Amino acid sequence: MNTPQSGTNLFTPLHAWHVQNGGKMAPFGGYEMPIQYSGIVAEHTATRTALGVFDISHMGRLRFDGPRADQLLDHLLTRRVLDMQPGQVRYSLVCNEEGGILDDVLVSCLESPSGKIYFLLVVNASNKSKIVDWLQPHLADFPDVEFHDVTESTAMIAVQGPRAVQVCERLLPPAATKLGYYRAKVTDQMSKPCIVSRTGYTGEDGFELIVRSEDAVRVWENIFLAGREHGVLPVGLGARDTLRLEAGMPLYGHELSEQIDPYTAGLSFAVNLKDRSFVGSQSLAAKSSGAGPSGMKRVGLKVEGRRAAREQSTCYCTDGQAIGTVTSGTFSPTFNQPISMAYVNADAAIVGHKIEVDIRGTRAPATVVELPFYKRS
Amino acid sequence: MSIQPEQLKYCDSHEWVYAPADASGVATVGISAFAVAELNDLVFMALPSVGQKLAAGQEFGEVESVKAVSPMYSPVSGEVIEVNSGLVDRLDQLNGDPYDQGWMMKIKMSDPSELAKLMDYQAYQKMISQHG
Repeated sequence: MNTPQSGTNLFTPLHAWHVQNGGKMAPFGGYEMPIQYSGIVAEHTATRTALGVFDISHMGRLRFDGPRADQLLDHLLTRRVLDMQPGQVRYSLVCNEEGGILDDVLVSCLESPSGKIYFLLVVNASNKSKIVDWLQPHLADFPDVEFHDVTESTAMIAVQGPRAVQVCERLLPPAATKLGYYRAKVTDQMSKPCIVSRTGYTGEDGFELIVRSEDAVRVWENIFLAGREHGVLPVGLGARDTLRLEAGMPLYGHELSEQIDPYTAGLSFAVNLKDRSFVGSQSLAAKSSGAGPSGMKRVGLKVEGRRAAREQSTCYCTDGQAIGTVTSGTFSPTFNQPISMAYVNADAAIVGHKIEVDIRGTRAPATVVELPFYKRS
Repeated sequence: MSIQPEQLKYCDSHEWVYAPADASGVATVGISAFAVAELNDLVFMALPSVGQKLAAGQEFGEVESVKAVSPMYSPVSGEVIEVNSGLVDRLDQLNGDPYDQGWMMKIKMSDPSELAKLMDYQAYQKMISQHG
């Protein structure tokens, strides 16, 4: 299914809709995805002030069934899984034995309508095949755990923004729209099976829906019908990136990689070492003190002027010494100013510290600021 | 001056050049409406200085949108004799009029025969229609 017509990219079930509705398409994570429709700033602003709807079907969705699924995942994830109750969602990391980050994921414990408990792991599109390969020997150790990659048989839609609850109340049962933050439920959208979670990657309130591929277009169009008078816009990956950057959220391949450990990345909250043993836990225990083995820290930067300090820009001390590298940067539509995330030497990673960033040969002044840049009121 | 897109020559990197026979070897350069629409949400532009010498295909400036930075390349060789320096402070104007008000620089061409290598309006329209 979803056979690409050209090249090697996969199509999501919403691909035709994107093309018909002005989506500018480009390859991302193995899929041909909409980068923007009406424009990054318009889509960004709609999400901050009203409602943005995102096709995030490229994200990998991996399902684990069986009474020992929790034990397997507890052995693989940096967050505790064994104590998860149906309806709970946790942000976690997957690390290698050295404590390097293989992926950042959401793990959900779900209860099917028939009362079956199972787990769902949402992984980055660009990491899915790596994670699936990496899982194989662990799955072999747990032969009673049933593993299914349900990415292709499902679609995933994010509904994000201050109007998300209001609009979703017209689409979903009250039990779904009343979910607490990082809670999830197997429910339905107008009698189509639907997993709803109160999660997102924008810094706004909202939901992420997982539906069957064959229901994707109908559910997607229902959201636009329900959100019509609320200023809903379809949002592409361009604004998804500016939104997550303002929200200080790391993106794998930029802030996160196998060369970065959770402490350097500022994600110690996503590592639970107490009374646990999981892949990488010994290395992480050794790294858990201090600034991290790299001596670097992830920081936010506000850059002066209009030019963004983008990925790979070098950061300098005011005395000219190189102190780090930008991992993501853009012009922030909310702050009308360039913002970046960077790894800098721990002694420069102090809020208020003045540094300089190289922007294609010119040094621009920048200030270390607290992350996230944006917090919803 | 009233520059119409149909009168212009184009590069495949989306710069236009206006060099009528009566302009005594002076070429006016900008970027196409298609390029402006593709870039979207412009936030910054850098233009060359008067007196700068450029070769055809050489970078003469850059335009930055929220999404990315794009270099702009000179369609012809010559010396920059005038720059629309006010444009950098009113980038919005490019959206409405990338041709007349949105010109970027004027070049005294050193080799006007280079113009023959550029696309005419029909060829450029054909190229962008195939762009996707």
